[in-house]
Amino acid sequence: MIWWAIIAASLACYGMKLAGLSVPDRVLEHPLTVRVAALIPVGLLGALIAVQVFADGQALVLDARLAGLAVAVVLLLVRAPFLVVVAAAALAAALVRLL
Amino acid sequence: MSADGGAPSDRSVVVDSLGVGLATGAYGISFGAIATASGLTVLQACVLSLLMFSGASQFAFAGVVASGGSPVTGGITAVLLGSRNTFYGLGLAPRLRVHGWRRLAAAQLVIDESTAMGVARETDRHARIGFYVTGTSIFLLWNLMTFLGALAGNALGDPRTYGLDAAVGAAFLALLWPRLTAWPQRVVAVVGALVAIGAVPLTPAGAPIIVGGAAAVALGLWITRRSSDAEIVETLEHPEDPHHHEDGRPHEDVRDERGEP
Repeated sequence: MIWWAIIAASLACYGMKLAGLSVPDRVLEHPLTVRVAALIPVGLLGALIAVQVFADGQALVLDARLAGLAVAVVLLLVRAPFLVVVAAAALAAALVRLL
Repeated sequence: MSADGGAPSDRSVVVDSLGVGLATGAYGISFGAIATASGLTVLQACVLSLLMFSGASQFAFAGVVASGGSPVTGGITAVLLGSRNTFYGLGLAPRLRVHGWRRLAAAQLVIDESTAMGVARETDRHARIGFYVTGTSIFLLWNLMTFLGALAGNALGDPRTYGLDAAVGAAFLALLWPRLTAWPQRVVAVVGALVAIGAVPLTPAGAPIIVGGAAAVALGLWITRRSSDAEIVETLEHPEDPHHHEDGRPHEDVRDERGEP
């Protein structure tokens, strides 16, 4: 089951990359395409962050992950590099769990 | 791109691209560790990095599986997240102009970072260098580091001890951050988050991401319904600038243009 999901999703992901390189320009220039293209990553990432930080199965919880997210926000505000943000968030959550 | 206004050399484009490639590829170690902690095998983690090769999609798949969701839900979430690569491909196509087997190979390299390092270049030659050097270096390193992270993840035990679960949320936030350049995007992101939180107790694991994302996109279309196409392109296309990475200069450029908020 999990192998089928991995293979199918991977093929679908590849197919979408290939489709983008293969689609005619007029579709790209359609206003609706432009809007949806810009909105999808923003909306999905917002949802993903919320689920990653606040969900534990079907329960909503506040735990060390929130400390990690707070540290990430501060570092992003001061324009820290990607890996620094990620590593510091992990460190913050680990320290909170240690206490 | 460069602040002095001179055209960058091939060499500087390669160096910038390698810098982003190395920093991003190294992050594959987190994916490997998180994947195995989520219940995936080392082989499954490596196959995901090899075949799916799209960071957010891979993390989403592992995250859904880890939170008890079905692999099918994980796959759907991964594919929805991967759909943005279609739009990246649309933007890259006129710069790369690849056909036949070259297109088949180039397609796998279409991800956030390779697109950002490609489409922003002045010339098609530099666009190609930026895209291929960034994409190839990430692909090689991401797969190697996934393997190492998966092995280490198994050896190190529960990655939550090291805060790796928080690292994923932070990584997504870092990916989202440079896109929050205007109010429509900010509202869309917050609504996506709130709807997803509301859906967590009500829907199976993984579904809140799809529900929140879909609601946010629908709302975003409504918010921007009065905006002209030109305004849309102006505000919504900014995210495709090279943005959140380590080479520093794009940050300064952005700051100079817009001033502090």
